[in-house]
Amino acid sequence: MSKVWCYGDDINTDMLFPGKYTYSCSKPEQILPHLLEDLDPQFAREVRPGDILLAGRNFGCGSSREQPVVGLKAAGVAAVVAKSFARIFYRAAINQGLLLVECPAAVEAYQPGDKVEIDLAGGQITVGEAAFAFPPLPLEILAIRDAGGLLPYARLKLRQRARQDSNLQPAD
Amino acid sequence: MKQTFAEKLLGLKAGKREVRAGEIVTVRPDKLLTHDNTAPILEKIAPELAEFGPAFPDRHVIVLDHVIPADTEKDAAAHQAVRRYVGRYGLRHFFDIGVGVCHQVMVERGLALPGELIVGSDSHTCTYGALGAFATGIDRTEAAALILTGETWLKVPESIRIELHGALPPAVGAKDLILTLIGRLGADGANYQCVEFHGDIHALTIDDRLTVANMGVEMGAKAAVFPVDNLTREYLQAHGAPPGSYQPLWADEEAEYAERLEVDLSTIVPVAARPHTVDNVVPVEELEGTPINQFLLGTCTNGRASDFEIAAAILKGKRIAPHTRLLLLPASRMVLQESLASGAMAVLIEAGGVLLPPGCGPCLGAHQGALAPGERCLSTSNRNFKGRMGCAAAEIFLASPATVAASAVHGSIRDPRKELST
Repeated sequence: MSKVWCYGDDINTDMLFPGKYTYSCSKPEQILPHLLEDLDPQFAREVRPGDILLAGRNFGCGSSREQPVVGLKAAGVAAVVAKSFARIFYRAAINQGLLLVECPAAVEAYQPGDKVEIDLAGGQITVGEAAFAFPPLPLEILAIRDAGGLLPYARLKLRQRARQDSNLQPAD
Repeated sequence: MKQTFAEKLLGLKAGKREVRAGEIVTVRPDKLLTHDNTAPILEKIAPELAEFGPAFPDRHVIVLDHVIPADTEKDAAAHQAVRRYVGRYGLRHFFDIGVGVCHQVMVERGLALPGELIVGSDSHTCTYGALGAFATGIDRTEAAALILTGETWLKVPESIRIELHGALPPAVGAKDLILTLIGRLGADGANYQCVEFHGDIHALTIDDRLTVANMGVEMGAKAAVFPVDNLTREYLQAHGAPPGSYQPLWADEEAEYAERLEVDLSTIVPVAARPHTVDNVVPVEELEGTPINQFLLGTCTNGRASDFEIAAAILKGKRIAPHTRLLLLPASRMVLQESLASGAMAVLIEAGGVLLPPGCGPCLGAHQGALAPGERCLSTSNRNFKGRMGCAAAEIFLASPATVAASAVHGSIRDPRKELST
């Protein structure tokens, strides 16, 4: 069964991935051993694909470093559910295809041992016996998600532009 | 419809007649800033760069500042990769090590202009709001996509209007003002929002406004902005951007705000943020006597000439307390030269200060000035997160340059009003 990791308010990027490593670790395999190092030393050892993080307000505040998101995605974390997210972290998650669910009621309702399930298409999160709705993602954001993240999306756009440009060339 | 600064500027950049808060727009930023993280950014898109090249090399500003001079072979190789990229595509706006911290370089080289949309792969990109730009932080992946396509999406933020009245008392700085605001609003008090400063902004110098805007992100803000006035125009003129080279814009008087605040500047007192969050703010008076091991004076928040001058006024003819250390981190080479010429830097070195190269240094714990377990640092930087200066078992307090200088004399936290009045 997937595990639910619970944390508090204002979990910042230094707790998720210490600044001292930001210029020496960029790849997922370098990031994973240090993930949440100063917050919860057990996490990096015990996290399993499908696990969920549950947190309070302002999750991911601080630096623009993307290693926390890259690391959580690489660890196979299914979603981070929080009362709110800091904006750069929120964008980074969209860019990497990590699912974030902003739902204060679901966080409040959680009791240790509760099973947490997320239905993205239906916009619903189930915590134990209770179900909560969360707002759907805007179309612009879904397009990035469907492409598999921002870089695959950018590549698609580049190819489209290149095709349009070649169609505009006079045939001779 | 009456519009906020964010609505007006993002509407213009999106080529739309009118946009409202909450709308998502596609925009082409006027500038993209990246720093040492340019190397991993380029690595992500190496094949596409080889095929298509960068979309707007003339809008891309690169400043090497985070780990300078290179600390390890790996850092050196990353800097080398950046220099090669700059050479290959002929980037005009490249600043090698020693020029300064990217945010100070952007403003003092006339690269952050009123009315511009600027994004940067650094959270403190919001600094340029001081000059009337809409400036915000993004991650590495987004910077990579921008290098390739030149465009990105932004959600038009709601705005908070803060009305300033009066002037700051002696020995009270812009740092005390912004820490007080963050303490009042909370670390997420302006999350996703744009903070507009109105009212008696002439009471704040450009250095003051840079300090305030720099810390906008510490209350979650997407951007923190000041209107353009005579001080802005004079500053820009002196830094290579004469009037006519930019187009300022500002909010309509009747625009709609999510929240409005009034601040009487004359009531602000010296404050400090206690570990480990920036909104954990109390008057310095309540912390007096707290022993400190290391003092950090400088950074992109408070590393300008005026910051070193007020510290020198306090430390002139004095020594820092025994068994403490004072690190001096100028925000740029220009700042360092100005502080050398004014004599402020000589006073600080005479007092026992250790001069570091203009860069990010100890602020983020990547190298230089790391803390030991159990140690305390009093810093003029912008973050006091656990582990921020390289050690999770150390503590960081944030305060103004005057408070840091006054405290360095005593080896413990001290109200600067007492030092300046004696």
